[in-house]
Amino acid sequence: MQRIIIALRYIRRNVSLAIGLGILIFLILFAVIGSFLVDTKVDPYPLAGPASVAPTLSYCPRTDPECAQVEPVAYPFGTDGQGRDLFAVAVVGTWMTIRIGLLAGMIGLAIGTVLGFTSAYYGGVYDAFIQWTVDVLLTVPGLLILIIIASTIAGLENGKTLTINQMGLVIALLAWMGPTRTIRSQVLSMRERPYVMMARLNGMSSLGIIFREMIPNLLPYLGAGLVGSVTGAIFASMGLAALGLGPLREPTLGVTIYWVINQNAFLRGLWWWAAVPIVIVALIFIMLFLISMGLDEVANPRVRRAR
Amino acid sequence: MRYSKQYLLRRVGLLLLIIWSAATFNFIIPRITPRNPLREKLLQEASRSGYIPIGFDEMVAAYETKFGLDLPIWRQYINYLGDMARLDLGFSIASYPKTVWQVILEGLPWTIGLLAVTTIIAFALGTLLGALMAWQNSGPFVRYVMPSILIFGAIPAYVIALSLVYFFAFRLKILPTGGGYGISTIPALSIPFILEILKHSILPALALVLARTGGWALGMRGMMVTVEGEDYMTFAEAKGVKDWRLFYKYGVRNALLPQVTGLALALSFVVSGAVLVELVMGYPGLGTKLAQAVTQLDYFVIQGIVFVIILTLAIAMLVIDLLYPLLDPRISYEGG
Repeated sequence: MQRIIIALRYIRRNVSLAIGLGILIFLILFAVIGSFLVDTKVDPYPLAGPASVAPTLSYCPRTDPECAQVEPVAYPFGTDGQGRDLFAVAVVGTWMTIRIGLLAGMIGLAIGTVLGFTSAYYGGVYDAFIQWTVDVLLTVPGLLILIIIASTIAGLENGKTLTINQMGLVIALLAWMGPTRTIRSQVLSMRERPYVMMARLNGMSSLGIIFREMIPNLLPYLGAGLVGSVTGAIFASMGLAALGLGPLREPTLGVTIYWVINQNAFLRGLWWWAAVPIVIVALIFIMLFLISMGLDEVANPRVRRAR
Repeated sequence: MRYSKQYLLRRVGLLLLIIWSAATFNFIIPRITPRNPLREKLLQEASRSGYIPIGFDEMVAAYETKFGLDLPIWRQYINYLGDMARLDLGFSIASYPKTVWQVILEGLPWTIGLLAVTTIIAFALGTLLGALMAWQNSGPFVRYVMPSILIFGAIPAYVIALSLVYFFAFRLKILPTGGGYGISTIPALSIPFILEILKHSILPALALVLARTGGWALGMRGMMVTVEGEDYMTFAEAKGVKDWRLFYKYGVRNALLPQVTGLALALSFVVSGAVLVELVMGYPGLGTKLAQAVTQLDYFVIQGIVFVIILTLAIAMLVIDLLYPLLDPRISYEGG
C-alpha cells in the first residue's frame, strides 16, 4: 500500500508519464467497454451494416423514412464503404493493434535481454558477432526487410494473408536490436560496480547476481526498452498493413488505413472512414511517446534537471 | 590524416557487411519457401492477362539460365552475389521487358529530392527550435508552449499526411490531392512544370517535416541543457560575452555534434517513413513503386528497390561518419 502511494505521488510529478498512462487507461477502457456494445465477430467485418453511413446516433434506412418498423441503429463513428461499423472497427482494431505491438515488443525485449546479457557476460567472438549483427540491422530500414519477408509469405499461397499472431512473430524478428544494445551497455557498466563485485566476492552464483542484483537495477531500462520495441512493432505492423501486407481480412487499424487509401475514401467524401484510424493511431503513438519520455526521466535522472 | 587505417578498415568493412547481408538475405528468403515463387509468378502473371505475352518462354528460359536453377545451391549463391556486385538486378516481372533498374530510376529522383529537402529542413528547424527551447533567455512562449509541438514527432508521417490531404486538398482545395504532377501535364523542363512539381510536393514534404522536426528538437534540447550546465558557459557569461554569441558560439556549436551522429542513425527510420508517405500521397517515388510491386508480387522489383535503398543508405552513413571529425576538431579516429 505504502509503495502504491509513493508511486502515485511520483507519477503526479512526472507529467508526461501521467498523461501517457491516462491515455493508455482510456484506450483500454474504450476497447473493453466497447466490446460489450458491439458484436466483435460480426460488426467490424464487411456487410455488417449499410455502407457509407455518416456518423449518426439514429440511422434510418432510406427505404423506411419514418423508422416506424425498425428500431433506429446507432453508428456513432459511421460505417465504411464496405459496410463495416467503424465503432466496432475502432474497438476491435485498437485491441488488435495493441496486441500485435505487445506480442512483438515482448518477444523482442526477451530476445534482446538474453542477447544483451550473454554478449556482455561472455564477450569475445560471440560479443563481436552480436555487435556486428546489431550494427548491420540497425542500419537497414526494418520496414523494408519486413516487406520482403511478408511478401514472400503472402505469395506462398495465393490470396492468403498473414494472421495477427503471424504478423506479430514476423515483426518480432526485427524488434530486438534496440534492447540488446541498451542492456549490453548497462550490464557492462554494472558489472564493474562495487555491489556486484561484493556479491561475487561473497560467492553468489552468476545466475544469482543476474537475477538478484542486476535485473532489479535494470528494470527502468527494461521498461523503456519494452516501450521502444512496442512502438517500433506497432509502427512496422501499421506500415506493412498500409502497404497491403497485413491481415487483410481483420479490422486492424493499419488494414483500415489500407482500405482508406485503396478505396479512395476521401474522393468519395467518407472522411469519417479515415478519421477513425487516424485519431486512434495518433493517440496510441502519443501515449507511447509520453510514457517513454516519462520512463526516461525515471531511468536517467539527468533529464530531471532539464526542467 | 584524421582517420586511422584501422578505423577506415572497420568502417568500410561494416559497409561491405551490410551490402553482403542485404544480398544474402534477398537470396535466401525466396529459397527457403517450399515452392518456386519465380516460376509460379511468371505463369500467374501471364495467365492473368489472358494471353501469353510475346517472349514469355524466352523470359522464363532467361531467368532459369540466369539463376542457373539446375546448378548446386552454392554456385547459385556465388552467381547471385556476382550479379549484385555488378548491380545487375534483373527484369521486372510485372512490366517485362523493363529492367528493375528502369523501374527504380523512374522513382529515384523523386524520392531523393523529397528526402534530401525534408531531412535538411527538419534537421535545421528542429535543431534551432530545440536549442531555443532549452535556452534560458528565450521567451516563455518558446520555453513552455513550443514543446507541445514535439508531440507531432510521435505520430507517424503517413498518418499526418493523410490528415493534411484531407484538410488542404479536399476541404480547402488549395493543394493537389496527390501525385507528382497533374494528370494532363506533359513533363518538360520548363518553369510552369517545375512549379507544378513543387506544388505537388508541398504536402508530402510538410508531413515529413512535421513528423521529423519534433525528434530533432527533443535531441537538441537535451544536449543544450547539458551544455548549459558546463563551467565554460558560466565563465563566458560572467566574462560578459554577448547573449547571441553565447547562444550560438558557445551553446549551439557544442551541442550540435550528437545531432549529426543522430542524422546518420535516423536515416533508415526516415526512409521507412517516406516510403509510406509516398504511398499515401501517390507521390511517384520509390515508395509508390515498391507498393505497386507489392500488390503485383513483383519480387525482383521489391528486392531490387530494397537493395538499392540499403546500398544508398549505407553509403550515406559512411559519408556522414567520415565527415564527423571534420566538423568536430576534438574527435579523431586516429589510433583508436
